[in-house]
Amino acid sequence: MAETPEQVHPEAHRPPVIEPGHSFSSVTDQISSIVLTHRTPAGWWLGFALVFSIAMMLFYSVAYLVVVGVGIWGINAPVGWGFAIINFVWWIGIGHAGTLISAILLLLRQEWRTSINRFAEAMTLFAVAQAGIFPLIHLGRPWLGYWLFPYPNTMAVWPQFRSPLMWDVFAVATYATVSALFWFIGLIPDLATLRDRSENRAARIIYGMLAMGWRGSARHWHRYETAYLLLAGLATPLVLSVHTVVSFDFAISIVPGWHSTIFPPYFVAGAIYAGFAMVLLIAIPLRWAYGLEDFITMRHLQNMCKILLATGMIVFYGYLMEAFFGWYSGSIYEWYMTKNRAVGPYAPLYWALIFCNGVAPQVFWSARARSSIAVQFIVAIIVSIGMWLERFIIVVTSLHRDFLPSSWGMYTPTQWDWMTLIGTLGFFTTLLFLFIRVLPMISIFEMRTILPGAAVRAKEEPA
Amino acid sequence: MAQVFHRSTNSIARVSIFGAVFIVVGLGWLLDTISRSSYVTQARNARVQPVAFSHKHHVGGAGFDCRYCHTSVEESAFAGIPSTKICMNCHSQIWADSPMLAPVRESLKTGRSIEWTRVHDLPGFVYFDHSIHVAKGVGCSTCHGRVDQMPLTWQENSLQMDWCVNCHGNPAPFVRPRQEVFNMAWRPPPDQLEQGARLVTEYKILPPSVLTSCSTCHR
Repeated sequence: MAETPEQVHPEAHRPPVIEPGHSFSSVTDQISSIVLTHRTPAGWWLGFALVFSIAMMLFYSVAYLVVVGVGIWGINAPVGWGFAIINFVWWIGIGHAGTLISAILLLLRQEWRTSINRFAEAMTLFAVAQAGIFPLIHLGRPWLGYWLFPYPNTMAVWPQFRSPLMWDVFAVATYATVSALFWFIGLIPDLATLRDRSENRAARIIYGMLAMGWRGSARHWHRYETAYLLLAGLATPLVLSVHTVVSFDFAISIVPGWHSTIFPPYFVAGAIYAGFAMVLLIAIPLRWAYGLEDFITMRHLQNMCKILLATGMIVFYGYLMEAFFGWYSGSIYEWYMTKNRAVGPYAPLYWALIFCNGVAPQVFWSARARSSIAVQFIVAIIVSIGMWLERFIIVVTSLHRDFLPSSWGMYTPTQWDWMTLIGTLGFFTTLLFLFIRVLPMISIFEMRTILPGAAVRAKEEPA
Repeated sequence: MAQVFHRSTNSIARVSIFGAVFIVVGLGWLLDTISRSSYVTQARNARVQPVAFSHKHHVGGAGFDCRYCHTSVEESAFAGIPSTKICMNCHSQIWADSPMLAPVRESLKTGRSIEWTRVHDLPGFVYFDHSIHVAKGVGCSTCHGRVDQMPLTWQENSLQMDWCVNCHGNPAPFVRPRQEVFNMAWRPPPDQLEQGARLVTEYKILPPSVLTSCSTCHR
């Protein structure tokens, strides 16, 4: 991939994708030294201890759930889908940014993705891991979860292929597999770098095995680039398909507020929206803690703000259309559901959602707001909360007012619901901490390709 | 810097990647085989009983009809385990002093039932009714095997769901005339498929859509 001079030297008013003054070796040194250092920073230990203790809360609440059963949660008739589904959709949505950045932005030749794709992909994997916990533990008997997969069993029963919940199993499993593969393949040249630079024999063996004999020959690079592009092509439809299928869990049903054709596109936009908010939430502390401002520049952060603004408007359009459909459908149930969201018992959460997802990102119209790290960070937090509220509103407001008023009820999460949700945040961050300690969080070899030196050579001009 | 890996690592890596496919398939096969084995299902494992009762001697030798002891098989879900008094109908006269039958006499004296070990133990979430099967021409030996040849009783079949569904989905190969239900030696005639299909109609056996519906057995 040859860079044009415009991409390497962007216009003066836009910050560069890599700060000037870096050479091939300085890039490699700075990124690999984070992993190869002999002394783990005290801040890492402190943060790890904190987030791991939060992760323990997840392990504890899941263990208690297995012993006692789903009765410890707030779910009951008529709201049978509670935090488990809300958190599942939230996490799987967050997991969309990684693949979007790696696959779609790669195919669109957006070179700025290079600095953020590695940890965004890792973030995707870890978010999908959190998402995967919830469908499993909400089964009631999680140890029979393998029944979801079609295999020749002693019951002579196959899963119900007409159920979107079944499609979910395949969509999420495919997504997790392809994301993991994509991430791992992207790591191979860097793993070889770590193998060659590591002084510790055990580390050299582990990195060496993972590098799968990478020697960096021209043939290796040729095959590598082909495989990476093919995988990017394979992953691209997945970015759209996974959350489409997740939205089918709702849209295929006839519950007011769920049975809507706008669900697939509006879920996908919401997923990318939530995902980029999470990438920002990770990128900002990371570049500060490890001094990576040269690599993750203002340009990256500003681009992500623009994506937040764009996808946020799509999501907001979705909310407007939902309300419109409620009225236009002419169905008393749909219209009641719409009004109930706005003025019913969960109205404060609905308006909080409109503020978080519809109003807050509008500050990014201002270039000054886009350039302020504090504003970026705060809006990213607000958006993450807003996207969680969105799933809460979708799941709970539709269910808690059943067709018959005699079946109406309220949903209140219990301490176990909260502990599980907060626990997954801890587990997610724990995995991220481990990742930044043992693997290069920025793609070393891809960063080298966006250095001005690489561009000159690609054009075969004397340096 | 010395090489970390020996040359042979290249071959090992290739073989292990290739072999992983076979290992995964093999593991799947192994799990499937174990879950269907008699180790898991306890099929064909003769149970130890408080009295070494032999169906082979009583049915095969003495020629008892199943219903002499299993009295409720035609009317109720449970075929019935004979009371001590049914045993004593004969054993008050023959083998009346046999040490083997001491627990039976003890049971009669104290009025406490003999605690037999259950051989066919369906899970609690399965609804099973002997009477309907007998009434629709499902013979004892179809499910229980040649009980008249069992010295100690064992479970002939796996009792796994695919075994149930095998007949519920297509009963014709298994159904026999009602008068043959208690005939241990009955064998399917050469035209069983035609005869079975006729009997399915004649006995008004419900279609597979009903018989394999979840709530037929899991009520």
